[in-house]
Amino acid sequence: MMTTSWIVEVFLFLMGLAVLIYAVLDGYDLGIGVLLPMDEVEHRDQMIASIGPFWDANETWLVLAIGILLIAFPHAYSLVLHELYLPAAILMLGLILRGVSFDFRAKAVTGHRTLWDRTFKAGSLIASLTQGYMIGRYVLGFENSLAAEAFAALSAVCVTAAYAYIGGAWLVMKTEGELQRRAAVWARWSGRLAAVGIAAISIVNPLVSSTVAERWFSFPGAILLVPIPLICIALVVAVDQYLKHVPLQNDMGCWFPFVGVAALFLLSFFGLAYSFYPDVVPGRMSAAEAASAESSLRFIGVGVAIVLPMILAYTAYSYRVFWGKSTKLKYY
Amino acid sequence: MDTLILSRIQFAANISFHILFPTITIAMCWFLLYFKIRHDLSGHPVWMRIYRFWVKIFALTFALGVVSGITMSFQFGTNWPGFMEKVGNIAGPLLGYEVITAFFLEATFLGVMLFGMNRVPNWAHTLATFIVAIGTTLSAFWILSLNSWMQTPDGYEIIDGVVYPLDWWKIIFNASFPYRLMHMLLASGLTAAFLIAGVSAYRLLKKDAKLAPRKSLKSAMAVAAILIPIQVWVGDMHGLNTMEHQPQKIAAIEGVWHTEKGAPLVLFAWPDEATKTNKYAIEVPRLASLILTHDADGEIKGLNEFEGAHPPVKPLFFGFRIMVGIGVLMLLVSWTATWLLRKNREMPVWMLRVQVLMTFSGWVATLAGWYVTEIGRQPWLVSGVLKTAEAVTTVPQQNVALSLAMYLVLYGLLLAAYLQTIFYMARKSTEVEEFSLSELQNQEHTMTTAEHRA
Repeated sequence: MMTTSWIVEVFLFLMGLAVLIYAVLDGYDLGIGVLLPMDEVEHRDQMIASIGPFWDANETWLVLAIGILLIAFPHAYSLVLHELYLPAAILMLGLILRGVSFDFRAKAVTGHRTLWDRTFKAGSLIASLTQGYMIGRYVLGFENSLAAEAFAALSAVCVTAAYAYIGGAWLVMKTEGELQRRAAVWARWSGRLAAVGIAAISIVNPLVSSTVAERWFSFPGAILLVPIPLICIALVVAVDQYLKHVPLQNDMGCWFPFVGVAALFLLSFFGLAYSFYPDVVPGRMSAAEAASAESSLRFIGVGVAIVLPMILAYTAYSYRVFWGKSTKLKYY
Repeated sequence: MDTLILSRIQFAANISFHILFPTITIAMCWFLLYFKIRHDLSGHPVWMRIYRFWVKIFALTFALGVVSGITMSFQFGTNWPGFMEKVGNIAGPLLGYEVITAFFLEATFLGVMLFGMNRVPNWAHTLATFIVAIGTTLSAFWILSLNSWMQTPDGYEIIDGVVYPLDWWKIIFNASFPYRLMHMLLASGLTAAFLIAGVSAYRLLKKDAKLAPRKSLKSAMAVAAILIPIQVWVGDMHGLNTMEHQPQKIAAIEGVWHTEKGAPLVLFAWPDEATKTNKYAIEVPRLASLILTHDADGEIKGLNEFEGAHPPVKPLFFGFRIMVGIGVLMLLVSWTATWLLRKNREMPVWMLRVQVLMTFSGWVATLAGWYVTEIGRQPWLVSGVLKTAEAVTTVPQQNVALSLAMYLVLYGLLLAAYLQTIFYMARKSTEVEEFSLSELQNQEHTMTTAEHRA
């Protein structure tokens, strides 16, 4: 039975929103895990302190995104996880290692702390790489070829770089002194790598898919779309220039790199969404084909309509509570 | 081994590992709220000490629950695609409500609860603790609603082989749901109570004769002493409900091979599927009928009526006895301990040792009970709607074997680390973090004098 109602579009939008929020929020804390310096205990503590109150809630957006896929598009859910069985299992491994080492390190026998820090870094790296790999496979509709695998590998590296980019930007915002300067350097390097990745995906996508090519290069849509890549390039350059001069006097605009990178994420995400809409698995399955029963969507839709604004409000509240430069992490 | 059996083992391993942590956190959060409110009302710093010690263990447990829970939701797609395709219209929204109402509440306010005490007013911190407690409980509500629906499905219709919802009220509040929810919440209360008591007893044994472990031990045992008789009562009702809706499960639990009137209660035996008898049985005549039908001559349906469609007998038979056996121990221990602790007396060393031995008794009982309920539904995944074998993935078996091996190693390591960390924290707290009793009394003395002067 096909559900063709507007409610399918709403859930497609919500899923996109959850993925985007996840990429930004868990993106920066994954990035911090990837960047965790093994040469400096003090910096490690500060970096982990800067994400302490947030990471639990950040990860919840992944559960929501996966949840919507499962609730609203069960057929796509089965297809995606069938194709990505092993990467999904490895992603789980990464997320588990990362999530638990965060808490274990704070409580462990002093000598074990470094071990848990290594686990945290390894877990973050595994999670970022597999997410990138999975996105790469997904974008090409799980095509089985050497080229597709190579593309997925590139995507793994670039998504990891993008997470490190936003993680570095988060540190520039939340820390001071030596660590802030180091973070700016990390962010510059990973930013360049991420920019290569965005460019590569933008070039490969229209080459492999005629639908995508048609969408981006046909008149008059193309004129409206031209600003997107231009703004992206401008953002990358502006953020890079800012990072070069960190810290500015009175740490002016320390939030700018984070907001800039988040905007870059938004635009790249919009680009992908525009390319594939209304497919929920590119080239394989449309949202309407994958959707579950309309009555089920209506039932959960009521809950989402009431609760989602609340979630956003109290997420904002918790960010306000922990606003400003992060202090030493301490359980009270 | 084929994909089906490997997937079943993997799912069993995942859910067994996962359930350990929510079982603690659901109730522990209410304990934390109690400690916090005691502190807010009395101003006595010892309650804050207790709160701070247990909130750390809560956070660690919560983290393990979250990460293993994410794995669970992935498993539906990776290993059981048939489940979502057939009953996704019902399972999806129930899981969805869990995520949006419960999971976000917990995860977001946890930050404030753990790190926000000096950044928000005290009342807001107590409120955050309360909200997290509501979140953990709501989460149990939705998950058990779905699980109960899989046991006793209601309020649906099947069109072209796919299940569609008809009446959400009937789906959520299906026949077995209230009993299962109560049973699980009480199990969580007992698990958390024995964990708190066991770790506190461990601290006392390590000569940490301070106020915090004594007070927490006493609170935990008092709660357990009250909860356990309620649990026996709810368990009995749950059993009656199961007999009405899933008689084959009861037949396997009780080892009743042939329908009979005035069935005996089998205390111990070795059920033998080949001869369809109980070997070496120790029985109390007519007691099973009395318990289950509230009539000594009542009829209990035997396994013979469900030929080829009943669950395996041994795991249910033994699982149930382990659960009940631990329940009896919990009753004895909590009542003895509460009696020993009356009027702030010291706990004798032998009793402290018993408490330490019982630290994870709740886990064992919960797992045993969970196996009884889940294996008891076989061969169905959703009773009468979807067979387990129909839902399994077509992924090659070596992939499943690989992921299974990975999960097993990981879970083993994490469990070891978790246990080690809890007892390490207990030892560490004896060295640093405690007030001594005399210090506290001095403080109170100064406080009252100050009030007098004012």
